[in-house]
Amino acid sequence: MSGPEQGGNGHSAVNVLELRDVSKTYGREPDKVRALVGVDLSVRAGEMLAVMGPSGSGKSTLLTIAGSLEDPTSGEVRVCGMALAEMPEDRKARLRRRVIGYVFQDFNLLPGLTAAENAALPLELDGVAVPKARAAGLAALEALGVAGRASRFPDQLSGGERQRVAIARAVVGDRRLLLADEPSGALDSVNAADVMRLLHEACQRGVAAVVVTHDAQLAAWADRVVLLRDGRLTGQTARPPGPESLLMRREVR
Amino acid sequence: MSVPHALLALLSEGPKYGLQLREEFEAGTGEVWPLNVGQVYKTLGRLERDGLAESDGNGQDGPQKRYRITAAGREALAVWLRTPPDLTSPPRDELVMKVLVAARVPGTDAHEVIQAHRLYLLELMQQWTRLKEGEARDDLSLALVVDAELFRLDAVIRWLDAADVRLTRAAAEPLRSSTAAAPVPQLRRLGARR
Repeated sequence: MSGPEQGGNGHSAVNVLELRDVSKTYGREPDKVRALVGVDLSVRAGEMLAVMGPSGSGKSTLLTIAGSLEDPTSGEVRVCGMALAEMPEDRKARLRRRVIGYVFQDFNLLPGLTAAENAALPLELDGVAVPKARAAGLAALEALGVAGRASRFPDQLSGGERQRVAIARAVVGDRRLLLADEPSGALDSVNAADVMRLLHEACQRGVAAVVVTHDAQLAAWADRVVLLRDGRLTGQTARPPGPESLLMRREVR
Repeated sequence: MSVPHALLALLSEGPKYGLQLREEFEAGTGEVWPLNVGQVYKTLGRLERDGLAESDGNGQDGPQKRYRITAAGREALAVWLRTPPDLTSPPRDELVMKVLVAARVPGTDAHEVIQAHRLYLLELMQQWTRLKEGEARDDLSLALVVDAELFRLDAVIRWLDAADVRLTRAAAEPLRSSTAAAPVPQLRRLGARR
């Protein structure tokens, strides 16, 4: 079932996410809105995929369907090889808690919880014993360079630190699929690049990520960029040559 | 890119030899702009002629000559740093031309042309980003050069996005479409130049 797409970091060719001929329609005639039309897409373990497109092109719908938060009108969605359509709701909920991590534009940290508690939250909700969940939360904060902020509350953190905690929460435990909607929020461009670097590093550790963004500079961090327009995939980048080719080839005037 | 002023900047740190200047220039621009040694000596000769630098060599050109900046050189460098570059007249941009042409050549899908360029630019941005991710992490000069290139390419992609929307609108409202004749004389009027 592996797709024709190229990309990835040379990890095994396991498709963590597969969309086959996925369409999503809202409303009825004559006000029917076709948010997605026949989308085929697969993302491998270790691959970071960016989805770009103008507003209203279907980017966010793609993400909610990939995250099993919404069902497609037609077509098939598989996460780690499992077809979502055949899955009862409680198993889907478990998949969302254990396998999929989300990063939101506005970070969505709970204000009454410390950084460590926020990072451990998905595991605790999943019934993991508190000490074990906290240890995993701390390890995730450590990997993102904010272990020193573990006992601070969100309003005591800078914007960049808050987003690191949000990413820690998204990757805590053994997540396989990371879904991010404009993950750098309102951060300045240098901090936004840091967020993308962290997501990219998570992919290098084997996670698959789908990042929705309208910002080409952020999308350029991805291994592959797909373009969406009016609900259809209209193109994707080929694997570019290494950066060495950029050096020492320009003439100075 | 002004090579004379870049060399003056390096000389403002202290007297230097030609080969040394070339190495420091390349290192200082993240090795993105190579410079040949003939160009270094030619430029140094001009700086000396104009009184902006002086040498302590024995009259002959070559690697044994050491150069230092003069007071007039320091003054010229300070003025140059604060002088805005000429951004007033639009450059004759090849990509802009291609999209203008695509919009009026019969049987050409301008959106497809735009899409092809958009993908190419994204791939280029991916390459620059890999460079930023790797070597530029510990090299401030390179990081600054890479940022400049990424912002430039980003602007081109945004322009393509805007062009895409404009062409779609123009197709939907053919009466108000004026892609046929307007752009070319307008560019001429602005006196486009490099």
